[in-house]
Amino acid sequence: MDKKLEPIVKAIQDKFSATFEEFRDEVHLFVKPEQIIDALTLLRDEFNFELLSALTATDYWPQETPRFHVIYQLTSLVKNLSVQIRVPVNGSSPNVPTATRVYSVANWRERELLDMFGIEFDGHPDPRRILSPEDMEGHPLRKDFPLGYEEPQFTFNFDEIDLRKPYAKE
Amino acid sequence: MSQIEEVSLDKFKHLVSERALTGETMLLNMGPQHPSTHGVLRLLLELDGEIIVNCIPDIGYLHTGIEKNMEAKTYQKAEVMTDRLDYMNTMGNNLAYVMAVEKLVDLDVPVRAQALRVILTELQRIASHLVWLGTSGLDLAAMSMFLYCFREREQILDIFELVSGQRMMTTYFRPGGVWRDVPVEFEKAVRDFIKIFPKRVDEYETLLTKNPLFLDRMLSIGRLSKEVALSYGVTGPMLRASGVDWDLRKARPYCGYEQYDFNVPTRTEGDTYARYLVRVQELRESIKIVEQALNKLPLGPVRSSNRKFVTPPRSEIGVSMESLIHHFKLWTEGFPAPKASIYSAVESPRGELGLMLEGDGGPKPYRVHLRTPSFDNLGVLSQIVKGHLVADLVAILSSTDIVLGDIDR
Amino acid sequence: MGVEQKLGNMGVVTTTLESVVNWGRTNAMWPMLFGLACCAIEMMSAQSSSYDMSRFGMELMRASPRQSDLMIVAGRVSKKMGPVLRRLYDQMPEPKWVIAMGDCASCGGVFNNYAIFQGVDEVVPVDVFVAGCPPRPEALIHGVMTIHEKVKGESFKQYAEKYKQTT
Ligand code: SF4
Repeated sequence: MDKKLEPIVKAIQDKFSATFEEFRDEVHLFVKPEQIIDALTLLRDEFNFELLSALTATDYWPQETPRFHVIYQLTSLVKNLSVQIRVPVNGSSPNVPTATRVYSVANWRERELLDMFGIEFDGHPDPRRILSPEDMEGHPLRKDFPLGYEEPQFTFNFDEIDLRKPYAKE
Repeated sequence: MSQIEEVSLDKFKHLVSERALTGETMLLNMGPQHPSTHGVLRLLLELDGEIIVNCIPDIGYLHTGIEKNMEAKTYQKAEVMTDRLDYMNTMGNNLAYVMAVEKLVDLDVPVRAQALRVILTELQRIASHLVWLGTSGLDLAAMSMFLYCFREREQILDIFELVSGQRMMTTYFRPGGVWRDVPVEFEKAVRDFIKIFPKRVDEYETLLTKNPLFLDRMLSIGRLSKEVALSYGVTGPMLRASGVDWDLRKARPYCGYEQYDFNVPTRTEGDTYARYLVRVQELRESIKIVEQALNKLPLGPVRSSNRKFVTPPRSEIGVSMESLIHHFKLWTEGFPAPKASIYSAVESPRGELGLMLEGDGGPKPYRVHLRTPSFDNLGVLSQIVKGHLVADLVAILSSTDIVLGDIDR
Repeated sequence: MGVEQKLGNMGVVTTTLESVVNWGRTNAMWPMLFGLACCAIEMMSAQSSSYDMSRFGMELMRASPRQSDLMIVAGRVSKKMGPVLRRLYDQMPEPKWVIAMGDCASCGGVFNNYAIFQGVDEVVPVDVFVAGCPPRPEALIHGVMTIHEKVKGESFKQYAEKYKQTT
């Protein structure tokens, strides 16, 4: 771990009784959903993490609790440091408070997570799907959503697929 | 196939002002097919006469499912997807991806491969900025800019074709090095380009930089302050035009960028014109890096010799049984990566291109997240166009240099 | 024969109305200015000075579907874009042609997943497929030439039948 990062990790650990993991010099801190806003505010105001570089999630289906990790990747331009915060969320009611008031970028990123994973952000100002069509069902990046692979058409199965392919009319 | 739904105001009630509900202001739909939205972006504008009151971008018309699709492919095969992400910056996307994989499995890259990567990504940066310059010229009715810029871009694409066989979707960088060494003509082709290019940039600048018509359209519109930019996660030339000196090539050097001497151009005005100046200056800096890297280009292997991750060269397969086995295993099964997650970022022409890569011990990535710069750079658009004319929107949008493939993924 | 010989060199050519109309159509075919993804960049290259599509009377890209008679679907068509594409196609006046440029538009290309139409012929009827990812500008020009060949062979009877079908 970077020397400069140690006091920051310590502070977060003490304040939120967070655990942490380290892999190839990257630090992942685990905090609870209800603490995330405080943690982000603390990091932004006290430790100069001005930039929320990435906000994403991972699905560990079929494991139920915690099924999702919501991931906040923070960057400090002044100190040239990075830290990752992970929020484990269970699968039955994935709810996390919105970070829009701390970082405005979270607005679109959270809409993306709502769209792709079905994670709800409480208090989000504009909870609509962002990438998929409005009438789409399911959340594509969940592991139980099928890839939607269609069999390619080659010479040997040309006719078979030709029959069921929905060709457009004039 | 579903039909286009009728747009009803109910969905956007919380985003438009009160006056739109009474019909005092007008709602105008711009896109998804519009010549100046640079692809398939839809903007819903609330207008008071000609003045923009609110702007609601609607994205996703190019949503390709790249992240999901990468999870279904092995580490080597998933790379072709990254090419098609931000199609103006294919080499840079490859670089971001291979660096993430190398970090995840802890793989070393030979110095020659590093230098080649620097040369090619910088050329790609130039090509990308040229497309931006050409098309934003086109948006502001400077048609000849487009023709000039594409002339130089063709020269870069010829170099790419020389090294990889493809003009755009190169997939030339591979985990552990590059696909194969560059041909002998490479050096001459790049030197020719280095020779002519600075003069060509002068040419562009004489056409635009002091052109009064251009200045009228660009000066002091779309102003973006430092605080707003950071809060909205804006990176790249847009952030640097707002006075923040942040470039990952300088701040966290990768691929040996620390050996090269270059400046990071910044401006403090934060308007459309400042973004233009920053990018044009970057053209000059990039060509400097290319020249230095080419002068220093070391000799040696271009692929790592770690046979657990990198296939052996063709010549070895014929004589060594072991190589044959490695070759077979790597292409049929792929290589396993540890059960861990990493984040690695590079500076793309548009900003911080980050990759969160998570392995699960198998040969396929468990989760790939692409942190694409255009997504956040577009997010700030609704803030900076407020109070401007519709005609200014075109200039502002082109100055953000978005690529829809990068946004929708 | 006949008339031309009698009139001598008075500058008169006889031909059929069909071939004049088709000749006119090939040499002033206006594509719609409409790019979707990576292939659109190659389409732009095809218009730039090095490849110069205007040699074939094709440089005038119209931004409005009402003024164009060729749709070049340059790129992948997502599930969200499909209905929009269809509406644009429906807005184009007859006669109209479609080129599916690139692998994605032809068959889905490398993206075999939930978000992309596996071939744009599920959305609009396609006349010419251009292979490649992305096709080189030469390939696109070849696709355009192929459509010219096709147009030259069309007859009024075909148009009439097509029109009958659609109404
Ligand atoms: S065919 Fe290739 S270049 Fe064309 S849109 Fe598809 S991925 Fe992009």
